[in-house]
Amino acid sequence: MYSQGLIGADGRTDEAPEFLEAFQKRIDAEEKIEPMDAMPEGYRRTLIRQIGQHAHSEIVGMLPEGNWITRAPSLKRKAALLAKVQDEGGHGLYLYAAAETLGVSRDQMTEELLSGKAKYSSIFNYPTLSWADIGTIGWLVDGAAIMNQIPLCRCSFGPYARAMIRVCKEESFHQRQGYEIVMTLARGTPEQKAMAQDSLNRWWWPSLMMFGPHDAESQHSDQNMKWKIKRFSNDELRQKFIDATVPQAQFLGLSVPDPDLTWNEEKGGYDHGPIDWDEFWRVVKGGGVMNRDRIEARQKAWDDGAWVREAALAHAEKRRARKLAAE
Amino acid sequence: MALWEAVLELADDHLVLGHRVSEWCGHAPMLEEDLAMPNMALDLIGTARTLYDHAGALEGAGRDENRLAYFRDERAYVNCLLVERPNGDFAQTMLRQLYFAAFMEPYWRQALHSSDAVIAGVAGKAVKEMAYHIRHAGEWVIRLGDGTEESARRMQSAVRALHGYTGELFEAGADAGGVLPDRAALRGDWDRVIGEVFAEAGLRQPDGVPMQSGGRRGLHGEGLGHLLAEMQSLARAHPGAVW
Repeated sequence: MYSQGLIGADGRTDEAPEFLEAFQKRIDAEEKIEPMDAMPEGYRRTLIRQIGQHAHSEIVGMLPEGNWITRAPSLKRKAALLAKVQDEGGHGLYLYAAAETLGVSRDQMTEELLSGKAKYSSIFNYPTLSWADIGTIGWLVDGAAIMNQIPLCRCSFGPYARAMIRVCKEESFHQRQGYEIVMTLARGTPEQKAMAQDSLNRWWWPSLMMFGPHDAESQHSDQNMKWKIKRFSNDELRQKFIDATVPQAQFLGLSVPDPDLTWNEEKGGYDHGPIDWDEFWRVVKGGGVMNRDRIEARQKAWDDGAWVREAALAHAEKRRARKLAAE
Repeated sequence: MALWEAVLELADDHLVLGHRVSEWCGHAPMLEEDLAMPNMALDLIGTARTLYDHAGALEGAGRDENRLAYFRDERAYVNCLLVERPNGDFAQTMLRQLYFAAFMEPYWRQALHSSDAVIAGVAGKAVKEMAYHIRHAGEWVIRLGDGTEESARRMQSAVRALHGYTGELFEAGADAGGVLPDRAALRGDWDRVIGEVFAEAGLRQPDGVPMQSGGRRGLHGEGLGHLLAEMQSLARAHPGAVW
């Protein structure tokens, strides 16, 4: 999520060298940068982009999982899924608020999402085709998000770092809950086990893509590392994720859909097969099977809700006027 | 008729309304409501779960919450008609919530003293939840009724659409043998809350709207069958599976 949040980020900045040097000193001393502090424009722009896109990912991410709320196969699962999707919305609200401290409004960010100017994590442009996908998203997608976000708890920008601490706790709960769903399926009927395997087959590669392009192709990385907006490279985080997840799949008796996956004793980690970056860029640029539907759903909610938001403002204004008149 | 059937009516009311409210998740007019709707749905579904398990235990035929929720057809569902009404626009959803909560809050207040320990226990939690559903939905009904011209028109049209389903709330259903509150006796409380909200919202109760009834006998509108078809599809495709 977070690496993709930096795609297209423009960290260029043209402040005086003395100012940049003083700012860098604070960063190097692990001081948190707070909203009212002086900061380079490039730092501000990069964070607005990253936090905004992180927030959008949470909001758009409500849709694929929301797709199964009305069909959850037991009342317990239905309640848990509702609570989970609500958590994602809460993360979105938190993150929009963190971005707002940098001088951008939630409405502005929403408009950028709807116009396609701002992106969100490409993973949510894949469809949820079975109940097992609800488990797999928790296990893999939230699992990958945690790998990305744990380092963000130490991000140099205070409001983002603090938001991440809470978000990571909830994501970690979602990850275990998702794994438990998949485990139940893997130990269930042959049809349920097949459902779990099919789901892993479809989500494995898109989950690896969540970490963003290989380090060699990742632009702006150096500056963001220096500013401590980013602390580990895309490939480092992807490797951590693979090493943690493969044994979890083995424990379930499911096979990871990568024939080249092999344990590399020397590096103490798995080697994996080639990632289809053409697919990644196609989905990032809007060509995924659900890109259009996701934005249309958000646009519809925004348009259908316009009269409600206008009424709330109008009513607040009437109340204020009545109160003034009574005084 | 027996107590378990009366408890089943209550459980069906809560599940069906909770399901309807959950349909909004991710599609609400603002992010705050995207968080509030699942909250209310969770309250309702949580209450339904306890009530289904209780109904199943009282029936004594080995049916648990999922058996009762997922393996009954629409003719066996005994919810009132109000809760199955489609969401419509935000005005209709908020009014439906207010109508239901303004009925259930005094219901649970009385049920706090029920001789049935499970019912009294559910009431202790649900009475607080219904109080804030009244507050949340009531505030929206006021905002929309007293907002813009368009919102006032939509709010009044929601009243016309839903008013005819309010009479059934007060009808007697299965005989609970005095263990559950008498629905007809709650009319005064309901009228007072609705009257206060409508006065502030500038809304009128319509005259001469025919009252609908039949839910407690499994006679529903056509919408419920679709709701159940969707809700039950996966569970029924894998009978006997554990999720």
